[in-house]
This record gives sequence, structure tokens and C-alpha cells, in this order.
Amino acid sequence: MKPRYRKHLCLVAAAATLFAVSPVSASAEDTITIGFTDSQTGPLNVDSLGQQRGFEFWRDEVNAAGGIKAGGKSYKVKFATYDDQSVGGRVEQLYTRLVNQDKADFLFSPYSSGLTARAAVISEQYGKIMIDSGGAEEKPFELGNKYLFMVITSASHYLSGAVDALKAKNPHASVALVYSDDPFSKAVLTATKQQAQAAGLDVVMDESYAPSTTDFGPIVNKIISSNADAFLGGGHYSDGATLARQMYDQKANMKWISILVAPGDDKFGELGPAALGVTVPSQWEAQVSYKPQFGPTTAQFAEAFQKKFNAKADYHAASGYTSGVILQHAIEQANSVDTDKVAAALNGTDVTTFFGRIKFADDPGHHGLQAAHQMVLAQWQKKDGKPGRQVVWPTDAQSAPMIYPISAGH
Amino acid sequence: MLGILASIIDGVLVGLVYGLAAIGLTLIWGVMDVINLTHGTMIVAGMMALYLLAGQLGVSPYFTLPPILIGGFFVGAALYWVAIHRLVGRPPLMSLLSTFAVNLILVGVGTAVWGTALFNVDVSLPGLSIGRYTFPGAHILAAVLAAVIAAALYVFLHRTRTGKALRAVANNREAAELVGIPTTRLLAIAVGIGVALAGVSGMLIGTLFPFTILSGDDYQLKSFIVTVLGGFGNPVGALMGGVALGLLEGAITPFVPVSWTLVIEFVLFVLVLIAFPGGVFSRRGVL
Repeated sequence: MKPRYRKHLCLVAAAATLFAVSPVSASAEDTITIGFTDSQTGPLNVDSLGQQRGFEFWRDEVNAAGGIKAGGKSYKVKFATYDDQSVGGRVEQLYTRLVNQDKADFLFSPYSSGLTARAAVISEQYGKIMIDSGGAEEKPFELGNKYLFMVITSASHYLSGAVDALKAKNPHASVALVYSDDPFSKAVLTATKQQAQAAGLDVVMDESYAPSTTDFGPIVNKIISSNADAFLGGGHYSDGATLARQMYDQKANMKWISILVAPGDDKFGELGPAALGVTVPSQWEAQVSYKPQFGPTTAQFAEAFQKKFNAKADYHAASGYTSGVILQHAIEQANSVDTDKVAAALNGTDVTTFFGRIKFADDPGHHGLQAAHQMVLAQWQKKDGKPGRQVVWPTDAQSAPMIYPISAGH
Repeated sequence: MLGILASIIDGVLVGLVYGLAAIGLTLIWGVMDVINLTHGTMIVAGMMALYLLAGQLGVSPYFTLPPILIGGFFVGAALYWVAIHRLVGRPPLMSLLSTFAVNLILVGVGTAVWGTALFNVDVSLPGLSIGRYTFPGAHILAAVLAAVIAAALYVFLHRTRTGKALRAVANNREAAELVGIPTTRLLAIAVGIGVALAGVSGMLIGTLFPFTILSGDDYQLKSFIVTVLGGFGNPVGALMGGVALGLLEGAITPFVPVSWTLVIEFVLFVLVLIAFPGGVFSRRGVL
């Protein structure tokens, strides 16, 4: 090597060494990393996409506004994410990676109760705060976890609005409870059965079906044979939609139908007349407006979301966004990014956002469970000739009168 | 009582469509000892073709049957050349892995393009009612079409020169080659027919139920159960197996909690494997 080139090489090496041993740059220091997995593939893809968009939308907005302010600094938000393929085994592996390799400061939950329960084992093991907007099952919150916080209404309250609404219209209605044999749906319907019986309704059928069920024909015939007035149940996506369609096709003539999850998606409208009249418990609908103490208003959120994604925000997107808002609120209240200080701030949180009021249970038997947020009941109705969801319960939040009994061949 | 009868009839109607789907799987196995793990995805491909042609382009749902049948045949022939041709005669595990790999690619591409959102094709045909129980028109027509297509396949296999040659290849490929039958071309035709039947059964199922890009796994599982019931390599047995499965689902559901239906199905599946390793409707030389 010629001496001239050797000299240049030495200069380059010296400069590189200088940069390598320099203190961490200011921008890297003022960043917090939030880790989570989403289901880019697999059966949870649709609902997970909504939640993921909510996370990303919050990150972009908070960074555009200068970041999260704490301890005299502004922290920009950075995400570390992986595709969990809707598989529980992947979640444990990836959340361990998020903590150990990606050095996530805080965690968001994956989508669904099953995946969140698995992620919670890891977050608790490593003492990381995880904000849960994807899993509504209560069980992980009954295990004494200290760093797990749920921003959505939990499973046992999912159908309580439907029971109240049904009781108001028909105090002696007979009810068929038919639901998917998975942890979330079973948790919802176990509580619903108790609530229905306490409300004086007559539960004439209580059965679960395998999540892989493809033809509900014999089950619908069994519902017809039970002489039920009302149907409450379903599970996730395909099964809920198939149940609605087959009850319509087989003229089950239900006076009331409440189905979990599936009717909360706009694609449910593709069922045409089979969708009309179906009700769905919803964590959030754009028609319901709260007066936020922190974060954007419903109108601001809905309009900006529509503009960014060219799609209407559903409740998965709203709950994902709320995860970020609540974490931001707690960090700013704690004036620190220290885990224990932020956890203490979350324990003391009682704030109304566009998503509703958020407060966490602090008794050891239910620590972190959502204690204030309330769900609404939406019903598929035609408005101006177009089918869409209207809020029908509670009555003070109604965007349209409730239809009972539903017609359209159900 | 009427409810039980209604459930049994409904089970038989849907069972005929399951049977048609299973024929596609069993035909390929019968001719070349290959288990096609793209079967479920090909069923979904039929559903998606129905959705795109009927739901998006406005073609009448039942007029999509001929293009799906023809398109499925060419897709199947292509699948043969890509994933099966070099593995014919090798241990079944190799073709199993090969078709599994192709399946992963197809599902991955499908998920990337369409996501796992719900698709529904609205078919309104007048149904038949017995008391409070209704048999939707789409279910009746799907069952009739499945039976007609299965009968046409039977005639093709037993009355046409190509069909007879296919059966000859299935019975003894070397002997068939010795008498001048172009076995490679016939193997490609067999896969083409198998995939076409999977596609058409997917199209028929798509007229009955909503679906997602991932629905194929459930129907593939049903096809395996039906194939075991009917006997591997036996198209007539597969149709009978489909009817038996539908009958079973319809007859069990009124009497036990519905969560037990799948358990009972699989207990029966194992019992059939023990008692009739070749399938309940197995008969030598059917194909």
C-alpha cells in the first residue's frame, strides 16, 4: 500500500473510532422504544391490523407534536415490532426478544386474549409495563401481575349492554347462547349467562362450538327447536358472519341477535340483508362523543385517521391509539420514563379520553383490569339506504332508535 | 322430531359438497400416490374466483362454474409440472413436502393481496320449508350440482378412452406405459381434474357460507376425514364418505352439545382406521 493511501486510511479509521466511542447522540438518548407483535398473517390479521394502525397513528401524531415530555426532555417514540403469525408460541419467543434484544422500554399487547395472556407472562417476568388493548379476558389480571394494564372493557361486560337492552324490550325473552369454544368467547358468555338469569331472562340453550366449525346448519336448526326469541354469541370473525348468514338463510326468525366481534367490522355489511338488525358490543363507535381531558376529540381522531389510512377507524384502531395516549399520559404524569414511576402513575390514572373514561382496578385480585370504560351496543341498520352501524344502547348515547323485534327473515 | 329430520337432510346436502371436494383429493392419490396439500388452498381459490367474478364483475354465481372448472384444470396441470412431476414414484413424504411448500407460498401471496378479511357472495334462491325449518335454495342447488359433477366424472372415468387410460395408469403405470399410454400427460390430467374439482367445490361452498383466505384448512381437514371414510383413491367412496359425514353431523347435533360433534367425528375417524384401514366404502379397482 502506498504511504499516501495509508495516511488516508488512518484518518478514516481514526474518525470511525472517534464516532464509535463518542457518547450516544442526543436523538438516540431521547427516544423510548415500545415493543409489540401484530398478526400480519394468520386468522387474527383483520382485527390486529386495526390495532396496529391505532398504535402507528398515535406514534406519528405524538412524534409530530414533539414527542412525550418528561423530566425536562422530549422523548420521540420508536417501535420494535414483529409478525406473530397469530400463533401463541411465537408471541412468547418474540416478546422475550423485544425485551432482551430490542431493549423495549414499554410494551403494547398483541391482538386477542389468547396471545395477550402469553405475552403477559413475559412482560411480568421482565418487569415491563404492557398496555393491553387486544385481550379482554380477565384471567391474566387475577394472577397478581403488577405491570399489566387493560384499556378496554373486559370480557365479562361485553354483552351486559345487550342483556339490558333485551330486557328493556322483552323482560321475559328466551335466550339461546351459542359461542365459540375459545377462552375469550367462553369468558364473555359465562358472564352473560349469569347476567341474563339475574335479569330474569330464560336461557333455553347454552352451547359452545369448535372454532373450526364451517357449517352451522344443524346448530341453527337446534336454535330454532329451542324456541329462543334471542340469540347471543359467536366468537371471532368467520364463525360470527357465518352464523348471521345461516340464521338468515334458514329463516330462524330471531327477534334479537347479538354477535361478538364480526359485526364490528365494516365488511360485515357484505352479508347484505343478513346483516340488518344484528347487534354487536363495541368498545368505541365514532357516533359517541366524550369530552376528553387528554388527547384528541372523537371528531379529530376519526377525521385524521380517515385521512391517513383512507379507511374508517374501527374500535380496534381506537383502542390501539388509546394504549398510546394512556401510556403518554402516565409518563407525563410521572415526569419520568422509569418503569416503577410510570406504573405508579398508571395505578393512579383516572382520565377521560375520546375512547371514554379510563381507570385501572388496584385491588390485588384484579390489578390492572379496566374499571371505568363502558361499551356501547351498535346495531346494523339502514340509514339513507345504506347499511351501517348505529349506536342503540345505552339510550343516552343513541345515534338511532333500537329496532326490536328485528325482521328481515332472522 | 322434525328438527332432527331437518338437520339430517341439511347434513346430507352439505355432505354432498364435502364429498365433491374430497373426490379432488382422492383422485390424485388414487392415480399417483400423492397427497396434495394445496387442496384446501385450491378450494379457497374457487371461492375467490366466485367472489371476483360474481361479487365484483356481476356474473351470475352459477355461471362461474364452467370458467372455474376449466381454469382449475389448467392450474392443476401447472401444479403437476411445478411440484409433483419430478417426485412421482418417490416416497410420498417428498410430494407431501413439495405441495406443502407450494401451499405456503399460495397462502402467503393470498394473505398479502387480500388479507384475511371476510368475503361473502349473496345468493338468493327460494328454499323449501318443512314447518319452521328451511332448506335454503343455494344448499339444494349446490348438492344437486355436486352430485351431477360426481356422476359426470364417473362416466368420464368409465366410458371415455382418456378415463379408461387414467384408470389403467392408476392400476399399473408400467403396464400402461408398455401398451403405449402417455402416462406423464395422464398424470398431469389427473392433477388438473383433481384441482378443478377442488375449485368447483370451493365455488359451491362459497355460495353457501362466507369465507376468508384461510378457510381452506377446515375444508381440507374435512376432505381428509371424508377420504378416510370413503377409502383412499376411490372417488365414489369419497362422495359416499361426504354424505356419511354430513349425515353424521346432522344426526349427532340435536342429541349432544355441539362442542362434542367434532370429538365424535374424530373418534369415528380413528375407529374406521382401525376397523377398515382401506375405508368403509373401499373397493378394489374402482379407479
